Amino acid sequence: MQATALIEINKLNLFYGAFQALKHVSLEIPQRAITAFIGPSGCGKSTLLRTLNRMNDMIPGARVEGSIEIGGTDIYAGDVHVETLRKKVGMVFQQPNPFPKSIYDNVAYGPRLHGITKKRELDEIVENSLRSAALWNEVKDHLKRSALSLSGGQQQRLCIARALAVGPDVLLMDEATSALDPISTIKIEELAQELKDRYTIVMVTHNMHQAARVSHQTVFFLNGEVVEYSATEKLFSDPSDQRTEDYISGRFG
Amino acid sequence: MLEMNAQSRVIAPAELGNSLRQAGGDRLDRRSRLKFFNSTFKVICVSAAVFVCLVLFGILFLMFRTGIMTFETVSFKEFFFSANWDPENGHFGALLFIFGTFALTGLTLVLAVPIAVLIAVFLAEITPVWLRGALRPVMDLLVGIPSVVYGYLGLTILIPMLRELTGRDLADGLLAAAIVLAIMVLPTIARISDDAISAVPKKYRDASYALGSTRFQTIFGVVLPAARSGIVYAIILGMARAIGETMAVVMVIGNTPQLADSLFTPTAVLTSNIVMQITSVEFDSTWNYALYLMGFLLLAISLLLIVAVRLLQKKGAKAS
Amino acid sequence: MSDSSDKGSPLTPAPGSGSGARSSPVTARGRNAFARTTGAAARNDRLFNVFVWAVGIIVILFILGLLFMLLRKGLPQLSWDFLVGLPSEIEEGGGIGPALFNSFYILFLSLAISIPLGMAAGIYLAEFAPDNRFIGFIRICVEGLSSVPSIIFGLFGISLFVDIFHLDLTILGGAVSLAFLNLPMLTRVTEESLRSVPTELKSASFALGSTHLQTIRTVLIPVAMNGIVTGICLTAGRAFGESAVIILTAGVTTSGELWDFNLLSPGETLAVHLWYVQSEAIVPDAGDIAQKATAVLIMIVLAINLVFRLPLWMKARKLKG
Repeated sequence: MQATALIEINKLNLFYGAFQALKHVSLEIPQRAITAFIGPSGCGKSTLLRTLNRMNDMIPGARVEGSIEIGGTDIYAGDVHVETLRKKVGMVFQQPNPFPKSIYDNVAYGPRLHGITKKRELDEIVENSLRSAALWNEVKDHLKRSALSLSGGQQQRLCIARALAVGPDVLLMDEATSALDPISTIKIEELAQELKDRYTIVMVTHNMHQAARVSHQTVFFLNGEVVEYSATEKLFSDPSDQRTEDYISGRFG
Repeated sequence: MLEMNAQSRVIAPAELGNSLRQAGGDRLDRRSRLKFFNSTFKVICVSAAVFVCLVLFGILFLMFRTGIMTFETVSFKEFFFSANWDPENGHFGALLFIFGTFALTGLTLVLAVPIAVLIAVFLAEITPVWLRGALRPVMDLLVGIPSVVYGYLGLTILIPMLRELTGRDLADGLLAAAIVLAIMVLPTIARISDDAISAVPKKYRDASYALGSTRFQTIFGVVLPAARSGIVYAIILGMARAIGETMAVVMVIGNTPQLADSLFTPTAVLTSNIVMQITSVEFDSTWNYALYLMGFLLLAISLLLIVAVRLLQKKGAKAS
Repeated sequence: MSDSSDKGSPLTPAPGSGSGARSSPVTARGRNAFARTTGAAARNDRLFNVFVWAVGIIVILFILGLLFMLLRKGLPQLSWDFLVGLPSEIEEGGGIGPALFNSFYILFLSLAISIPLGMAAGIYLAEFAPDNRFIGFIRICVEGLSSVPSIIFGLFGISLFVDIFHLDLTILGGAVSLAFLNLPMLTRVTEESLRSVPTELKSASFALGSTHLQTIRTVLIPVAMNGIVTGICLTAGRAFGESAVIILTAGVTTSGELWDFNLLSPGETLAVHLWYVQSEAIVPDAGDIAQKATAVLIMIVLAINLVFRLPLWMKARKLKG
């Protein structure tokens, strides 16, 4: 496990109206490693993930207390530019959600948003991103085809390529494999392993084995609280909290 | 330039943190430009929405302001309770038009609703899929036929037919107008009811069939009651269309300002009287004011109908 | 038809039927308990089926037959001279050229005014509006405006253009009044189409760091385009055939020239012309002109509706199949 912490979450509370979805969450997320959030559904793991790129801003009634610092900057401070934050902190969703456009236009969408218009530059970004997402060889001959013609697993890798194309430093994956078949899931996991050398990856998963297989650090959530977080090996072999042990041994959730 | 391709770079955390700040960005121009566009666009959209409201209130205001001047010379009682419309001689009794509008709308609904609901049942429950796929677009196209065409159809085909059937010299009047309007609103009512019936969950039907009901029993006992609020909505929309329709009516109703004492008496309704007389009156005359007041009445009736629809939808939303 | 009534009522006992259903139908020897019932319920069901089929087919054939009769008389007589010819008040052989031109001109102008306004208002309702009283108020206004009878827009146009601006009956007045009539429909279609775009697509765009405007422009509107275009076509079809508004605001005469782009010319349209020749004109061939004008009007309205909807139907088929 790497020592440098890129993201520091400090006493974070999140409310949806009167409902408190996150309670006093404090943790550190190391740079260029994979951190997995596990826990039963409704435990707040996805909610926390969505605070890291402020996607929760769009939910009416959502309110945040405490701080999240990325590289020493509080991302909820007034002078933070949300669009730049989301560009630097990319996200992959549970359901593959490519735009109903061509494969090329899906990947080029982000760079175009941020002002890149030259065809040669775009071509290069599209190719690099698709290569990074291990999709290039499968689609290089029909980039003009609709993204919706791809299989579910391919669509999800396309979404990863789309997220990489804007040059993020952090990649958030929100149960990115839960809608996929086992073979596609393994491909995405292998991909995450490759990407971790260049990106800081945070993944939410409902699948404990996945967390054990791919992550360096695992955080266990229950009812909006962090119960335990430590190196993955330790958390799964020698949990320090009884509730963690109950959960990973399948006694609930 | 952007650092997109340099994917093997290692960025120091503090550098990343700083780049998130407004002041830390090197592309401040672009950011503020985007922000400016964003807020300008929002202002444009809000203004457009407000403008729609302004149009409605502009209409209400102008109608009311001009219409209310009628009462400077005509008494409230005369306008609403006298059927003597003779503007050249200073008589402005609008009762005959108000009565005509209500009678025509009622008659139209009596003719159209049963058939429209049957057609909706036919489309939603009885027809095989291939026929349904062909009939629904046809009904949608019928909704789009201009009303003046329906009026022309009534004038050239329906009225001669009615004359032959009844042996009268003149067949213009409420019945002819009601038949034309019924043909016109029928597709509207049928298609919206059809959608309402199709939206009834299959589980209700299954439950009914599983109890041994016939199709007839299922449709009348379960499906139609479940789709009731949608069907009423369709009827109200059809009603609004019938009340406000002008050209189809004007061509077949006879345009004579007399109270309709039979189905074949040439008469007039609010809309047809406005369109026939408005272009030939002075703007600053009681006659003109009275026509605007009639317009205001129409407007008020239509808006009341919309309020009724909204109440109905609220009730429907609560029930489901 | 009768199959389904059997399926629908396999267990219906046959009370009071004379032909052999005894007191215990299920155990009766030698009889199939599931045989076709002859009771009142089953009979009603069959009658009902026949009745609905008959009414459905007859009514639809009746309406289509009427329209067909209109087309049959007018269509074969159509000629190019009629379509581009000038109308005549006294002699036979008048055409509909200026009226046809005005129809398209006024339609174009009214859409040019109402599409941007209606879409902007629809975008506001779907995207920017907070869920509060203000928005509820705007929505009621849109609905209210869409229920206003078209003749009221005509009266409004008269007071606005003739009384307040002191213009005569003009193309401009007709186009603006017609635009007001279109406005609520376009607003609603835009709002509904935008709302039907899956939220995942919106999230994906925001997560890439796009601003709200960028998301609307590059994702929401392209995806909602089908619905918006259909709505625009329905509105255009209706506006093309609209006559009450035009009679009051643009008049029942034309300037008598074919290509008259002057906004202040009188602007009788084809739908108005149809009414005019049938009810008011004194030309001897008024009946012929009306027949032909009707055929043209129906064909154009059908074309406006069909051309843009065909791709949608085909797409819907493809998705199902």
